[in-house]
Parts: sequence; C-alpha cells; structure tokens
Amino acid sequence: MSHHTTPSKTLWTPANILTAVILAIGLILTVKRFTMGLGSVTNLTDDNPWGIWIGFDLLCGVALAAGGYTTSAAVYLFGMKKYHSAVRPAITTAFLGYAFVVFALLYDLGRYYRLPYPLTIYPGPTSFLFEVGLCVALYLTVLAIEFSPALWETLRWKKLRFWAHSLTLVLTIFGVVLSTLHQSSLGGLYLLAPSKLHPLWYSPYLALFFFISSIPAGLSMVIFEGRLSHKFLHHKMDQTHIDEAPGVTLGFAKAAAVVLFTYFNLKWIGVALDNNWHYLSTGWGTWFLVEMLGFVLLPCLMYAVAAREKNQKLAFWASIVTVLGIVLNRLNISLVAFNWQLPTELRYVPSWEEIMITVFIVTLEITVLRICLNKLPILHEHPEFKGAH
Amino acid sequence: MKRRKFIGMLAGAGACMAASTATAGGTHHFTGYPESFGVLFDSTKCIGCRKCEAACNKVNELPAQPVPFDDLTVLDTRRRTHHDTFTVVNKYSVNDKPVYRKQQCNHCLEPACASACFVGAFVKDKTGAVSHDASKCVGCRYCMIACPFEIPTYEYHDPITPRVRKCTMCQPRIEEGKLPGCVEECPKGALVFGRREDLLNIARERIRKHPNVYINHIYGEREMGGTSWVYISGVPFEKIGMREDLGVTAAPELTSGALSLVPAIVGLWPMFLTGAYALTKRREKIAEEEQHHAVAEAVAEAQAEAAKKTKAAMDKAEREKQAAVDREVKKALKEAEEARLKAQTPADPSEQ
Repeated sequence: MSHHTTPSKTLWTPANILTAVILAIGLILTVKRFTMGLGSVTNLTDDNPWGIWIGFDLLCGVALAAGGYTTSAAVYLFGMKKYHSAVRPAITTAFLGYAFVVFALLYDLGRYYRLPYPLTIYPGPTSFLFEVGLCVALYLTVLAIEFSPALWETLRWKKLRFWAHSLTLVLTIFGVVLSTLHQSSLGGLYLLAPSKLHPLWYSPYLALFFFISSIPAGLSMVIFEGRLSHKFLHHKMDQTHIDEAPGVTLGFAKAAAVVLFTYFNLKWIGVALDNNWHYLSTGWGTWFLVEMLGFVLLPCLMYAVAAREKNQKLAFWASIVTVLGIVLNRLNISLVAFNWQLPTELRYVPSWEEIMITVFIVTLEITVLRICLNKLPILHEHPEFKGAH
Repeated sequence: MKRRKFIGMLAGAGACMAASTATAGGTHHFTGYPESFGVLFDSTKCIGCRKCEAACNKVNELPAQPVPFDDLTVLDTRRRTHHDTFTVVNKYSVNDKPVYRKQQCNHCLEPACASACFVGAFVKDKTGAVSHDASKCVGCRYCMIACPFEIPTYEYHDPITPRVRKCTMCQPRIEEGKLPGCVEECPKGALVFGRREDLLNIARERIRKHPNVYINHIYGEREMGGTSWVYISGVPFEKIGMREDLGVTAAPELTSGALSLVPAIVGLWPMFLTGAYALTKRREKIAEEEQHHAVAEAVAEAQAEAAKKTKAAMDKAEREKQAAVDREVKKALKEAEEARLKAQTPADPSEQ
C-alpha cells in the first residue's frame, strides 16, 4: 500500500499486483454483463430479482458512506470543532462511496441508460425507490461540492474554492436532510414486502431502523479508516490531523455507543410492537439474536468501554464489529431473511461472477480513494490555505 | 443569496413531495373502478388440460415452448410464470385427489407493482387490467420484489432492452370486445370473464348453492386490498399454493405512512439543524464573551497590581532619593560646618 509515496519506488508491490488482477477480471466480466445480459453473470431469478449488487453494493454502500453527513453535522452543526480534521477524509470517502454506489447500480439496472428517467420525464413518487433515487442524486451533488475544495486548492482556483466553501453550512444541513431521507428510504423499500421478509426483520419501523443504524455505520467507518490511514498514510498527515485523531476516535466511539444502544432498544420495540417474540425460539430467532447480541450490543459495549478507558485500539475493533454488523443486517434483510418461505432450491446464492464484480467495484473504489488521499490535501491542509475554514 | 436559493429549493422539493402523497391519509378509500372486469377461476372445474396456457402463448405471441402444451407431465413439477409464460397451471394433491390451480397476474385493485414502480410504468386501467409500459421501464425489478403473488418476470438474458413481462389480462382484446385468450379456450368453464361485481355474486351463489363442494372463501375478494381475478375452491387455498397470510391491506397503504413523513422531515429537519447550529454559535459566543470578560478582568487586575507595585517602587525610590538628598545635604552641611570651624580655630602655634 505504499506506491505513490515516492515516484522512484516500484509499482510492482503485492497489493498493486492483486489490484491489477482484480481489475482485469472485473473488466472482462463487465463486458460479459453488458453484452450478454444480467442472466449471463448473475444467479438472479424471477423469484429473486435482487442479489448482492443491491444487498451489498447499494444497501451497505450507502450505509457505510454515512460518515460524510455524521462527521460534517458533528463539526459544523453541533460545534465539535476539535474533530475538524476528520471532515475532509469523511467527505471524500462518502463522495466516492456514493459515486460507486451509482456506478454499481448501472450493472444491476436492466436498462441502465434510463437511470435519469425517474428524476426527469417519468417520476413515480409513490415509490420509496423514487425517494432513494432523488435523494441520492441530490446528495451526490452536495458531496461533490463539499469535496471540491480539495480539488480547487490543488489547482489553486481560489475563487471556486471560496465559493464552494461559503456553502458549507447550507450544504451540511441539506446533506443531513437528504441522508435522513434516503438512508431511511432504503429500509422503506422493504415495507412493501411483508409477505416475503421474515417477521423478525420486517417492521413498520424499517425506515427508522435503517436511518438510525446508518449513524454508527458512518461513525465506525470514520474510526476504521482513520486508523488505517494512520497506519499506511502517516506521512501524508499534518500535525493537526495527527493531534486530533485520538479525540476523533474516542469522541465518535462515545457517540456510536449511545446510538447503538438506542438502535438496540428500538429493534426490540419493533419485535414487541408486532408481538414477534415467539419467532425467537426458531432457527431464524437464533440468527436474529446473533445479529442483535453479537453485532449490535457487543460493539455498543466495546465502544462504551473504549470511550471510558480512552482505549483507541478497542474502539478500532468495535468499529470493525459494527461495520460487519451493518453489513450483516443489510444482507439479512435483502437476501437471507428475504424469501425465507421459499424452498431451499429456489433460494438465491450469488454466482462467483456477481461476487467478483462486487469485489472489482470495491477495489476500484479503494484505488481511487488511495489516489485521492495521496494526491489531494485531505489528510493535511494545503499550505496556501492553512486555517482557512 | 445562495443560502436563500437553497432553502427555496428545499421548500419546493417538500411541496412537490407533499402534493404527490397528499391522498395518503384521510378518509379516502379506493375500492377499484366500479365497472372494471375480472375473471373468476373455479378450481373445482379445472381439469389441468393446459389449453389456457396454449391460448395465452398464442394470443401474446410468446416464443414456442420446449414442451408441447398437450404434454401434461409438466403438471407434476411446480412451475411459475416466466418471461415467456404468462400463465401456468399447477397440480396439487389434496386428500389424494388432484386439484388444479391456474396462476397469472391477479390484477390487483391497488397493485403493489404500481406502488413500487419509480417511473410509474404500471397502470391500473379502468378495464381492470394492470398493464406495464416497457418504454418507461428502467429495469430495477422492484415490482418483482413488491408483488405478493410473485408474478412479474424479467428478461434476464437480454443485454440491451430487457422487459418486465406479465399477463395483461388481454387488455387489447377486451377493448376489442373479445374475451381474454385463456378464458376463451377453457373447455370446462373453469374461467368466467365479467364485471368483478358480477363475478363476486356468481361466486357467492355457487358457494351458497353447493356448501359441500366449496369452502366459504372467495380468494381475491379482499386479499391485498382485493384483486380483479377471484378464486373459489373446494379445498383451502393454502393447499393449492395460494398464500392466505397476505392480509387485506392494499400495498400502497404499507408505505403511505412512512412516505408521508418525507415532506415532514424536509420541513422540520432544517429547523432543528439550524437550531442546533444557532445554539452552538450562541454557546461559542457566550464562551467567547466570558473569555473576553475574564481576560479583561485579569488584565485590569494585573494592571492595578502593576500600578500599585510601580507606585510602591516609585514611593520607595522617592523616599530613597529624599534620603539620599538629605544625606547629601547633611554631609554638605557637616562639611561646611567643619570647614567653618577649621577657619575659626587660631593657627596652630607650631605652624608659626
């Protein structure tokens, strides 16, 4: 993970070779997908119209890009200026996250070239998917403007940089509104399918669950990536960033503990509301408990202890468990507990090509992120714009 | 100005969404188009001949099937609709007797697919047919997720123009005054086409006349808010692959509550967030003022202290200076006195 650091170093590092192999396979499969159709690479059927490209790429991609709105809201709206150095990396990750969510969506949509239809000529506002589309499109624009100062600084386009910067407050508020709406709307999608989603996961609160859980997802990604940046991109960080990092980790750990606890309670209220307790004694109930205890309550407690004892390493581990928990939850809702009544032979299991394309897109995203973090003033301030925020 | 423009856009977006979900609440109750058509399927009359499947294939100009329609062995395997088969008949063994059930789009009164579609490609027509307009379709397949009867299918192997495919209730034929293809071909009268209201009356009449033949349930009268296709059967519907746990709530009602919160969030969140921002700013301002105050106080105190010290020092210096002057004066006086005394004293005799 150390190319780009010094131009004289070789590009043939194991990480880069692996990246190249994945990208090559991904490109071949991309050609196959777009010339031979969805059926040629996916295991999607008429019973299982959504696979991992929706369950992972879209649902998890959006949830894990929530660090953008949570961090900018904390700093700009709730006055936690001591986390300021965390904003730019978080916005960058969120921007790339959303951009690649839209990119991944092009693979899944049968007629990808019509993606703008719902927002332009044929709006279908009765659908939560319309809501998702509208908000993601707007939010991607917001994130692009929020991200742009890093670019303008590098290019020394001062006017544009100050124009973009002057919108910070409005964009932050707009970003929180849009994130609230589309994070929740992704859960809202499944409100239409009470007969297909297992009752332990189906709830009239689905939209609320998705929104609330996106907060610890975003906070955890900031902690997680912060730690990785420290490990691999330490030389790209300025002193402010290095000094503020422990505060960000522990502050976010505290916030994540509180929100995870809230989420944990809300989920049980959801079970109680529909009186679904009897399902807990079934196999599905065990799986639900694994998710709830192992991937919500456990990281919540880990975060709480980490915050109290100022243990950054524990906070890092908690962030990993939280992220895994969010992925587990989204996959449970979209794939595992969806169509739970179908006989086993009709259930969906992703094809290796579907998995490979997902790996390809994630790899592409990480590669672009690495380039951004290396080339742009994200982990450090641009010398000409020091303190200009 | 930019801020105002953005807030204007927010308000506009909110108003736009509010308008589109305005009928979500209230006492409005849609019970379907009054004169719309439907089909009654009577499973006690169906013999599983697959003539309806053949007719469907023909009138919809679907591709030829690998297994001919007069081959009844396919009834032994469970089948569902696909992009090239809009209807299938399945055989169920109930109490060791075969019971057949025809499956196709039920043409819901308030279709889940139409509610789910984010380009409005599905339309519930006044004839009763739910039709899909492929020229709008983006291919997201949310309709297939939403449909509780698992009806819409997809052309997964078409790379450029894949379509969602399903039974059209032969809307074009109905508009020409013809029967739907399957109904026309049914040799046993298991399918009856007519106005939905009339069909429900026929179904009730059959159940009333033959309580030993039929169970007292018209499937589709209320399921998922009601469907244009309705079913009567001699065995419980769950025994012939029809879910009885779907409830009677029409699909749009499942999302209308949550959707109605969208404009509310657009309206309320900016207020709370600017409020949070204002509170933060105020806290910062107060903290700053307090700091200023404290600094000023400290400075004043320090200044007073310094002044006091200076004064003391100056006083001391003054005193010292005075003392020095006094001393000097005293010294001078003393010297003068000594000189005078010296002058007055007669010369030492020894000096003479």
